[in-house]
Amino acid sequence: MSPPIGFTLRRRTLLAGTAAAALTHSMTRDASAQTAEAPQPVGPQTSTVTLVVNGTPREITVDNRVSLLDALREHLKLTGTKKGCDHGQCGACTCTVNGERINACLSLAVMHDGDEIETIEGIGQPDNMDPMQAAFVEQDGFQCGYCTPGQIQSARKVIEEIRAGIPSHVTGDLTAEIAMTDAEIRERMSGNICRCGAYANILSAITQVAEENA
Amino acid sequence: MRAFSYEKPANPSEAVARAAEVEGAKFLAGGTNLLDLMKHEIEAPAHVIDVNGLGLDEVTETEDGGLRIGTLVTNTALSAHPRIRRDYPVLTRAIAAGATGQLRNKATTGGNLLQRTRCPYFFDTNMPCNKRSPGSGCGALTEGAFSRQLGVIGTSSSCIATHPSDMAVAMRVLDAIVETVTPSGMTREIAVEDLHLLPGDTPERETALMPGELITHVRLPAPVGGTQAYHKVRDRASYAFALVSVALVRQADGTGRVALGGVAPKPWRRADADAQLPNGAAAVMSVLLDGATPTEENAFKLTLAERTLAAMLKEA
Ligand SMILES: Cc1cc2nc3c(=O)[nH]c(=O)nc-3n(C[C@H](O)[C@H](O)[C@H](O)COP(=O)(O)OP(=O)(O)OC[C@H]3O[C@@H](n4cnc5c(N)ncnc54)[C@H](O)[C@@H]3O)c2cc1C
Ligand code: SF4
Ligand code: FES
Ligand code: FES
Repeated sequence: MSPPIGFTLRRRTLLAGTAAAALTHSMTRDASAQTAEAPQPVGPQTSTVTLVVNGTPREITVDNRVSLLDALREHLKLTGTKKGCDHGQCGACTCTVNGERINACLSLAVMHDGDEIETIEGIGQPDNMDPMQAAFVEQDGFQCGYCTPGQIQSARKVIEEIRAGIPSHVTGDLTAEIAMTDAEIRERMSGNICRCGAYANILSAITQVAEENA
Repeated sequence: MRAFSYEKPANPSEAVARAAEVEGAKFLAGGTNLLDLMKHEIEAPAHVIDVNGLGLDEVTETEDGGLRIGTLVTNTALSAHPRIRRDYPVLTRAIAAGATGQLRNKATTGGNLLQRTRCPYFFDTNMPCNKRSPGSGCGALTEGAFSRQLGVIGTSSSCIATHPSDMAVAMRVLDAIVETVTPSGMTREIAVEDLHLLPGDTPERETALMPGELITHVRLPAPVGGTQAYHKVRDRASYAFALVSVALVRQADGTGRVALGGVAPKPWRRADADAQLPNGAAAVMSVLLDGATPTEENAFKLTLAERTLAAMLKEA
């Protein structure tokens, strides 16, 4: 399943090129927009933080503006976590921080010094898949695959959240145990958009895992 | 995004002292609203004060039988808290009706109350907006503008934006109280009722907080009992902001409280409308929505609010 090395290199070169171009553009704009009167930063604009990613401490120095998502993708080269909207709307960037799923695009890397981050790369590998990854393959839970890492991250947590008794919009009795119904799973997965519309099979994959370890 | 310096103070007094000292500083909690707006350069703080190191992440019991919620308690944790589920279910329902699992894990109590409007013209920096850029005009009030989502009451000729929070509507129906530390280090209390301002001629002024004032806690008075419900009507079944939402507390004798979301610049409630509850939904809305000034596109909200409450009263 890993892409051939040549492909990886070509893609990296391209990414580096566009990132540099984007940076030049935004820096020019910043310089012209910041008039003498606008308040200015009062300290360093970069920070050094240690993110414990998939169990390994990784120290990076980043511009304070870098999102957790960009830190993972551009600085740590963990490109399994995807960028869809960059505004908290699509769920492609979902990963877990200290055991809870969040949108990595709406958090800053500097906010996560010392935090435990788990990305799709840490969950399983092609020759050693996590049960949820295996279930997505078995149930055809994806087409293009772009939303899939985020879907899998959410899916694993949704099962945990239901078992932990965290209520959702469709939960009936707030004081009773929450049942693992299709409606509960669907509602809790609503923050992960799939443009290919693989929803029905994603639901089957989650249900399969929930039943396997019931 | 504009460049900024960053710090993470360890206690509230340090946080407010720094906010008072540094020009252009802004508090950062979950970041789910502030960072979104910073990416659009609608917010452009020169200095970011991360409040996640302040503690303030516990729910404790108060002497009068109520609860005191630290501002950093996440929306997920608050909605799942056993006392909230049992004694303040309207709050659990309102939180669970908003955003997504991922966002609620990150969003905080204070951040949720202070989130800014979702008016599409506020977000579109190519459009005039008195709130984003005072004096530039209101994009939503120009000919042919899209105002379906926007406010019908409490608005002004300068701004018809709504406050988008679901949680805040439940906090309002429960008469919650916000506890703060002012820039000079004094503590004070603000009723949720008084937290959000109406736009008038100054829609850029949104809350009663002073610049640099920090929310530390939100307090819930002793439980009010009754049957509690939150009904949110939106353009799709999940993951959308409210067109209209209704928070209801109804006692066995038919009395109770009603607050509306999605219709005004703040959670919308009136004591004299509450008093009409025994007389039914139409009686409540004739008071609660008295003086409404909807646009052609959002006048449907008036009917929708009444019908939503009527449906809830049938069930309660
Ligand atoms: C895609 C999407 C969908 C959403 N859908 C909904 C929805 O349906 N319903 C709903 O209610 N909400 C919804 N939200 C909004 C979400 O609930 C808010 O973004 C969130 O509650 C904000 O909390 P936060 O802690 O992340 O705030 P932040 O973004 O950290 O802060 C928000 C504001 O509050 C200030 N602030 C934070 N803490 C304090 C403090 N202690 N003292 C003083 N000032 C403070 C910050 O300076 C900032 O101005 C949605 C958001 C997104 C991105
Ligand atoms: S309604 Fe308010 S927020 Fe929206 S464009 Fe007009 S002034 Fe701006
Ligand atoms: S990229 Fe983060 S939610 Fe879309
Ligand atoms: S599989 Fe293509 S976006 Fe979901």
